[in-house]
Formats: sequence, structure tokens, C-alpha cells
Amino acid sequence: MENVNIKINGLDVCAPAGSTILDAAHIAGVKIPTLCFLKEINEIGACRMCVVEVKGARNLVAACVHPINEGMEILTNTSALIESRRRTLELILSTHDKRCLSCVRSGKCELQELCQELGVEDENHFEGESPEYELDESAAHMIRDNNKCILCRRCTAVCEKVQSVAVIGPNNRGFSTFIGSAFDMGLGDTSCVSCGQCIVACPTGALYEKDFTDDVLAAIADESKHVIVQPAPSVRAALGEEFGYPMGTDVEGKLAAALRRIGFDRVFDTDFSADLTIIEEAHEFLGRVQNGGVLPLMTSCSPGWIKYCEHYYPDQLEHLSSCKSPQQMFGAVAKTYYAEKMGLDPKDIVCVSVMPCTAKKFEIDRDDQNAAGVPDVDISITTRELARLIRKLGIDFKSLPDEPFDDPLGESTGAGVIFGATGGVMEAALRTAVETLTGEELENVEFQEVRGTQGIKEATYNVAGMDVKVAVASGLSNAKQIMDKVRAGEADYHFVEIMGCPGGCVNGGGQPQVHAEVRNYVDVRAIRAKALYDNDEAKVIRKSHENASVKRLYEEYLGEPGGERAHHILHTTYVKRSIN
Amino acid sequence: MLEQIYYDKADEIIASHGAEQASLIPIIQDIQTEYRYLPSELLSYVAEQLGINEAKAYSVATFYENFSFEPKGKYIIKICDGTACHVRKSIPILERLYSELGLSKEKATTEDMMFTLETVSCLGACGLAPVLTVNDKVYPAMTPDAATELIHELRGA
Repeated sequence: MENVNIKINGLDVCAPAGSTILDAAHIAGVKIPTLCFLKEINEIGACRMCVVEVKGARNLVAACVHPINEGMEILTNTSALIESRRRTLELILSTHDKRCLSCVRSGKCELQELCQELGVEDENHFEGESPEYELDESAAHMIRDNNKCILCRRCTAVCEKVQSVAVIGPNNRGFSTFIGSAFDMGLGDTSCVSCGQCIVACPTGALYEKDFTDDVLAAIADESKHVIVQPAPSVRAALGEEFGYPMGTDVEGKLAAALRRIGFDRVFDTDFSADLTIIEEAHEFLGRVQNGGVLPLMTSCSPGWIKYCEHYYPDQLEHLSSCKSPQQMFGAVAKTYYAEKMGLDPKDIVCVSVMPCTAKKFEIDRDDQNAAGVPDVDISITTRELARLIRKLGIDFKSLPDEPFDDPLGESTGAGVIFGATGGVMEAALRTAVETLTGEELENVEFQEVRGTQGIKEATYNVAGMDVKVAVASGLSNAKQIMDKVRAGEADYHFVEIMGCPGGCVNGGGQPQVHAEVRNYVDVRAIRAKALYDNDEAKVIRKSHENASVKRLYEEYLGEPGGERAHHILHTTYVKRSIN
Repeated sequence: MLEQIYYDKADEIIASHGAEQASLIPIIQDIQTEYRYLPSELLSYVAEQLGINEAKAYSVATFYENFSFEPKGKYIIKICDGTACHVRKSIPILERLYSELGLSKEKATTEDMMFTLETVSCLGACGLAPVLTVNDKVYPAMTPDAATELIHELRGA
């Protein structure tokens, strides 16, 4: 690509033609503060934090959208610029709910950080009318507090461009503008899919998950309850970020230790039920192939994707695997098999999940998710909520020893742990399906073609003389592309994995928020996914059907995969929903 | 749901502009002209027909002051409160009309659906200040008494 030569703060910089000033500054190691900017998602130059001086230009220009050209001379940190940015912040603060002490985002708020960096001394510099908004608590998974909203549009851009859901937008104009849904509906009344990508895109505390950590503590304090916990695969790849570990650190051992210290009676692992999901789903897939069932079969682990399909493709539900998600399979097995084994009444078991996901909060209340006549899972908290709980209880995470999960619902294979990355479920299913079909042991269990963070991946594998065509999509705008092809009858896939969030669960809506300045230039998805693939590689057993506890579960209780009992406990149904 | 005739009318208006996203504003303008307001059901319907998300269509419709989701009266009175009209005492006219019609800042349309009273920022007729319009007919150099008389005339008409 052609390069152009410019000067930034007097230094010679060479950057690709067509770059923005912000990108060129990044190449030169010069930091320009941003607030509304999310690379390739929200590039609207609205907040004016990134303003810079360009020699010869009449006004300050927004670095995030202004392209460079040959010989351009740019200044990024003059006192006039700092004054301008500070004034912008003071104007934002004039209508901002500044109760920072009790704010869920305090300490990780991009607005707060900029105010500190740029030396805003008086948060009430501009006094005037301040709008007051009621909280929107209508959705199962999250709260919108527009009193903390700075109208940056990062949430609306993600909802529309990344997720193709677009149930939020700016309503009204000028001073009356607020982010909301059509006809001021509550989010819970719209076709929001609960993915939570808006929460991880928000720079402030305007969007946050419904916090159920007090419910967890109350359950633990109740001596009549047997409280068990299951963390999802991707939680171990991201929780460390909340405690100062570099992104991509696998903290599996400390995660188990922390959960034990919180006071759970048993610390199990969703990886176990991920393996179980593979047994059922691979069986379902082979059944559909052999019996001429509806193809492609599509995975059902991601509740955001499931809700999306129900709202936007209600005519295509027959493609969805009837398998419950690993979270729900875990709860279902815990309250049937495990309850029986332990001599416990399922009503006395409280099943808590720790998820990278906000849609899981919606999923636990779905119909047909109560194998033992009580909800399979009682409380679902996000990775962020777990971090909050660990801090609240004074557990020094970094000094914890590495501990194992408990048996029997804590045993897992490498196939279970890669569920957290896009392509992981497909790879795990292939490991089992190929060995089942060929009756031979795989020489290489790694299916590289379905790995990586591209939005859509396709591959064809020749298995026992049959070409199996698979596709993997993550992020709902990519899912939409696949679904449009499926609806039009133009897709010849046999098996499709879809995850609601871009990159899969490692980048879920319940994961630690990553500062936009990091997110814009680092592939968070790939770094966290690597922790899972490394975890898999280090495991001796890497195929779900070799999980001894899962095998015992079938022998002692479930019978055959896809059999009557397995179907009753591990499978579910879907509903047609409308677009609102 | 509205009666089918509303959707038929909407279809006719959409067809006259072409079912393109860029036609959203002219289409909903025509619908508002037809019904003197923009029925929310029709905004949703138009959005669906044009392939626009409902939230986006609602953002557009609420961005412009001119679109109203509330049914308006037979006579829409717009009182100019731009700078010129304001200094020439438009507010006493507004207050007289509020009391004459039993309306307020919060309640813009009379129960009998005869009158809707709105303020606008400038009608571009500053030389005639203070000015008001009734369904786009301009009434120049108004006074509170002249406004009362105008209401009586419209009621009698």
C-alpha cells in the first residue's frame, strides 16, 4: 500500500495512505484520547475528544475520522487542545449523573478516566437543566440508566452493525435526545436478544447486567440448600483481567479455588456438560444425516443466537439442535442424576452458573428447561459479577492456589474447554462425529480450518467417504448471512455452529469490559481464545466421548445418547417470536 | 391494528415514492398530511415495507418536531414565537388561545378534535409579526382579541 509522510508533534511519521490521523498517531505511538470511537463500528467523530490541530485547517479536526495526506502537520497535545477536550468533558458532565462512588463502572469508566487524565477539576463547571430518566429494568438481563449515558452511540452501533438487531437508537433530538427503543418500549418488550454486546461497548455505567450476587450469597447462607456452581469454559480465559493478569491468562485453577472460598458446596465445571452436549449433538447430527432429517443442523449453545433465530427466523427453527445448552444440561443433570446419587431433593439444590454471557440470565427462565420439575439453573451470573463477588468477600485472587474441580460433574476434556471460542463446538463435535463414523482413532484432533476469529468460516471434511460441509459463524450479522442463505435454500451445509457474540463466548456480553483504546487495536477474541486452545492442548483427554464421568452418566442413568431419558432431560423446544 | 383502509393508503403512498429507504421521510410526510398525524402503526408498517428497523424509523420520526404520533384537530393553529414575533408580544396571544380553547403546554388538542395549538420558532414572516397560521393560512399582526374572534369564526364555520 502507498504510504504518505506526515508530521505529528514535529516527528516524521510514515503511514499508509487513507489512514485516519488517529491510526497514524497510533502507528507513531502517540496517544490521542477517544470516547465515542469504536474502530470499524462507531466512527462518527461526534464526541470531539480526539480533536487535533492541523496546520492550515480553520478548525480543530476529529482525528478518528479525518484522513491524512502528504505533508500534513498535526499537533495532538497543545494546551489549547487540552483545554478544548477538558471543556468537552465539562459539558458532558453537566448532564451526567455524577454519583461515581456507587457506580458499577467506577474505576473502569472511560469518562472518569479521561476526566482524571485531562485534569477536570470541577465536575459542576457548567450548571443547568439536567434531564432525569427512569431506569429501564424491563429486560431479563440488563438495566439501562440513561442518566449515565453520554450519547456516544457505541451501543446503538454495535446493536445494528455487529449484531443486526438494531432495537435501540437515538430518540428525539437536541437536549431531549436519549437512547431507547421504538415507541419508547422497554428493552424487554423488543426483539433484543440479550447478547449484552451493548454493555461491553458502553464507555460508562449506563448499561450493566442485572446483578444477582446477593442472591448467590443468600443461597449459600441458607443451610437447607445445597449450592453448586458451574463456570463456563471462557470464564477462565478472561476472569484474570479483573485481577491484573494480562489478557489471555488461563486462571482455571484459581477460579475453582475462588469459587470454593466463596462457599459453594461443590465446585463443578460447565466443561463437563459441554462434553455431554457434544455426545448428544453429535448423535443428533448423525441421526439427521442417516435418516434424512433437516439439514443443516445448527448448534444451540448460545442463548443470544437462539433468541435471535426465534425472533428473526421463526420459520427456520427446525434447523436448531434440540440439545439444551451446556449451562442447562448441567443443571438438568445436577438436579436429576446428581440429586439421586447424593440423596438430595432437587428442590434443595441451588444451581449457580458463572457465564461470559448476559443472555444466560434470559435462558434460565425459558420454558421447557426444568428436567426435575424445578428450573435446571437457578441463578446465572456473569464473569464481571463473579469478580465483584470475589472482591466483596475479600478473597485475594492472586494469592490463591490452583485447585481442581470436584467430581463427578467437574471432569472435562479438551473438547469441552474450547467451546468458549468460535469454532470450538464444531471442532469438538467433529472429534466425536468423525471417530464415531469411521470407528478409527483420529491421528490429529485439531481442525484448524474452523479456528480463528473470522466472522464466517467454511470447511469440508471427507469422513468415511462422505463430504461433510460445515460452517461456523459468530456475531449475529454473520449469522444473518448464513441464515439468509439457509432460508433461500442456497446453503448446502450439513452442520453449522453459530455463536451470538463475535469471536464466541470469550468475547461475550458478560465478560470483563475492555477499554476502547485496547479493543480498537488488539484482537481480544484471539488472545482469550488462545488461552482455551492452550488449555485443550495440555490435556491428555481431548475428546468428549472419552470423558469418563460422562460415560458413567450414560451407563448409570441416561442410557443411550438421544434415548428417551436423555431426550427428556437434555433436550428442549423453541418458540416463534415476532420482531419488535 | 388500524383498519385495513389505512394500510391500503400507506401502500398507495409508498408506491408513489418507491419502496426505498431514502423515501422514508417523504412517505411519512404524506401519511401525516393525509391523516393530520402519523399513526404509529403506519410508521411501523412503512419501516417494515422499506426494510428499515423500527427503532431507526422511530429515531427519524422523533428527530423532526413536525411529526406527531398524536391525532391533531381539524384546525392546526401555529403561533410563531420566533424573535420578531416574541418581542411583538406573541405570548399574550398564546395565553389567550390556551384559555379560550382550554389547552395548555401539555395538552395541545381540544377534546372535540377541532383545534390543535402549537408554537413554532419562526414562520419566516417577521415583517407581519406577530403572526399565526391556521392550516397554512397566514394571519398577520395578531392580537389576543383578534385571536379570540378568529376562534369564534372557525367554530361557527
